[in-house]
Amino acid sequence: MAHAATHDEHHDEHHEHLNFFQRWVMSTNHKDIGTLYLVFSLLMFFIGGSFAMVIRAELFKPGLQLVQPYFFNEMTTMHALVMIFGAVMPAFVGLGNWMIPMMVGAPDMALPRMNNLSFWILPFAFALMLSTLFLPGGGPAGGWTMYPPLSIQSASTAYVVFAIHLMGISSIMGAINIIATILNMRAPGMDLLKMPVFVWSWLITAFLLIAVMPVLAGAVTMLLTDKYFNTHFFDAAGGGDPVLFQHVFWFFGHPEVYIMILPAFGIISEIIPTFARKPIFGYKAMVFAIASIAFLSFIVWAHHMFAVGLPLGAEIFFMYATMLIAVPTGVKVFNWVATMWGGSMTFETPMLFAIAFVILFTIGGFSGLMLALVPADFQYHDTYFVVAHFHYVLVTGAIFAIMAATYYWIPKWTGHMYSEFWGKVHFWNSVVWVNVLFFPQHFLGLAGMPRRIPDYNVAFANFNMISSIGGFLFGASQLIFLGVLIHCVWFSKKKATDRVWEGARGLEWTLSSPPPHHSFTIAPVIHDEELAHGHVED
Amino acid sequence: MRAGGFGKHGIRFRAKQAFGVAGLMALGLFGGTAQANPQPGQLNLTPGVTTYSHIPYMLNNVALGVCVVIGILVFGAMFIAMFRFRKSRGAVPEKWSHNTTVEIIWTAIPVVILISLAWLATDGLRKFSDTTGSQMTVKVTGYQWKWRYDYVDYLGKPLHVDFMSKLDDQSNATRQLDSGLDPYAVKADGEQTYLLNVDHPLVVPIHTKIRFVITADDVIHSWFVPALGWKMDAIPGVINAAWTNINTPGIYRGQCAELCGQDHGFMPIVVKAVSQDDFAKWLADQQKAATPPAPAPASTAAAPAQATAQVAAKQSTQG
Repeated sequence: MAHAATHDEHHDEHHEHLNFFQRWVMSTNHKDIGTLYLVFSLLMFFIGGSFAMVIRAELFKPGLQLVQPYFFNEMTTMHALVMIFGAVMPAFVGLGNWMIPMMVGAPDMALPRMNNLSFWILPFAFALMLSTLFLPGGGPAGGWTMYPPLSIQSASTAYVVFAIHLMGISSIMGAINIIATILNMRAPGMDLLKMPVFVWSWLITAFLLIAVMPVLAGAVTMLLTDKYFNTHFFDAAGGGDPVLFQHVFWFFGHPEVYIMILPAFGIISEIIPTFARKPIFGYKAMVFAIASIAFLSFIVWAHHMFAVGLPLGAEIFFMYATMLIAVPTGVKVFNWVATMWGGSMTFETPMLFAIAFVILFTIGGFSGLMLALVPADFQYHDTYFVVAHFHYVLVTGAIFAIMAATYYWIPKWTGHMYSEFWGKVHFWNSVVWVNVLFFPQHFLGLAGMPRRIPDYNVAFANFNMISSIGGFLFGASQLIFLGVLIHCVWFSKKKATDRVWEGARGLEWTLSSPPPHHSFTIAPVIHDEELAHGHVED
Repeated sequence: MRAGGFGKHGIRFRAKQAFGVAGLMALGLFGGTAQANPQPGQLNLTPGVTTYSHIPYMLNNVALGVCVVIGILVFGAMFIAMFRFRKSRGAVPEKWSHNTTVEIIWTAIPVVILISLAWLATDGLRKFSDTTGSQMTVKVTGYQWKWRYDYVDYLGKPLHVDFMSKLDDQSNATRQLDSGLDPYAVKADGEQTYLLNVDHPLVVPIHTKIRFVITADDVIHSWFVPALGWKMDAIPGVINAAWTNINTPGIYRGQCAELCGQDHGFMPIVVKAVSQDDFAKWLADQQKAATPPAPAPASTAAAPAQATAQVAAKQSTQG
């Protein structure tokens, strides 16, 4: 295809003349900025992970051994904020930055300077937020949900609110850039319904981001004015209502959890057809399912609030709407399985992570369905059952998908193959220990252990110890990941081919490995049989 | 009567320890009838001890069963695919990517399953939300980090009994960082009560529909006793209502379930359910103790009246 054409442009790369500062800090290149996002996300993953290690160490056995309860609360709060806003979201933006222009046949992102700005806001935002841990009064300790009145008892409210504003600005600019790129920069013939599912998932996610990040900004701004400017939005004594915050927060928060999973759906929908060597089953159904889930995400927010004493009618509405999400999500899982059926499968590391994603994300979906049933939720709510649920969808869901994507595309990015052996060692360690870590938490929750507690009754001791052991080993397993990445980028001698994977389809594989500085300077010609998801006639 | 209940508990506990891990887990999953409080190795919800608490328990079991069956089917198909359609076995990829009939089937079947689950859940929810016809009202107020209980009325008569309920001293001493004390040594009445015991339990009668009105004074808390089958947030400025009707006398333990600050993990809830006769005696003692010297400080003395007024307001809005 356009491979030959782009190869000619190879000499045109001018970044070799740039020094380190110019190349990375002043970059307007979608690949370099994508790399910055991914490296930042990995750093945050380890910082957030170290907070999780503190949590699991304190919970290793009953009694307080390591930290004071307030510091424990800072750890749970920071762990969530760093992992959500620092690790998962930037990782997806990084993957989108790298892959979307290459997948739709564009030379770069539509708004390259804004791309630079939206990344470089993040280190400052997180420096602000993490610095609170070293300030008098400590970091935020009211949970990542920041429910007032508790959250404004904290000394760090202003820092956290400002950091969240920055993160929101960054996310919105990133989302605008992605929408502009997808809608304006596609190669001729790359119709919307020919785009890879990953691009579709990001297009929909970007709209969710633009819709809800301002809502979060509004919610936290009201916290700020309640604390410092004598407003009473959430203060019952002044005529406000603490529950109002929860409604506004979760109107952001529920779409937010889909912001963290829809791109994962896209990634899995790229990887499974590649290694099954068969077109994705039901391409249009997959796209429609993502759009349905995105729509439903706006009308289910109060299922996070079943125990706040909603009126009966509201509980019923939000229960039904929530249960409805199981239908498009089920369609996606069935379609992934149907893609494998009749294929010719091999099990390289990206495929292993993708298969683990399908199984473990589905388990997280099952517990999600159970949580949707209001009378049962009155038991599950705010117990470890919920902790188990959202770690299944976020760790074995979102993060496994990010790892799958990394193994899948890193040969393309670097031009070198990673070590398949160590990739598999990383996979098997991760998949075993993550289940040792999170599966027993279901039992703890069902037995009635509340979340966000630093210490517990001795009846909860055995499963907490198992969970902590799983946690330490899962954490340690991620050092293997780091090793595989370092080896692949700097030390691997094995060159990657342009196609990399035998079954890989889509425009990104027609470029050289590593790809040229500007992905497609001449628009590629689209051949239907070369589309990412295969040639689909329906 | 209560002593008998504890004896049974104690025997069950010792017997369980002899079983070994597998037996322990089996008991944890299926042997939960009388074990309302968390047990080591407990794998499932408690069926609870009230006229309502079997509803979330059954709903949980049905939903879990449905998920297990779907899981076996989906993951089973996946594993068959992974074994049959391997390149190493010479599998040749097929070309199809669409099948309308199959897609309609696997969209429709989940819808039917969801409707039946929704029907069960709605029925349970309607039962839970009906707080009418109560014979007793208790006002629960969450504070950082203790609970206050106001007995508002019982059998149609207003009451003026109220007290604070906070973590027992033994747990409190043990839970201090590096206290050197053993959490396993914290026991009350033969149960290991570390962090699940209080100085003044909420004493209530069995076979009585008790309405709880739940609020908070400072930040949001959540009143959660698993054996009763629900939790309800305690929110400043909001009065939530819930109810229970306990079948079995016993001591039922729970905890605050909404993050409420540094000692969130240290504000347990203990409900002591006694026979109606015993409750009448307990109530008489409380009232006797409360009336002559009027020991309660002015602020707390004013509170029951205020609570009654708030409840009346709530009733009239529900009215």
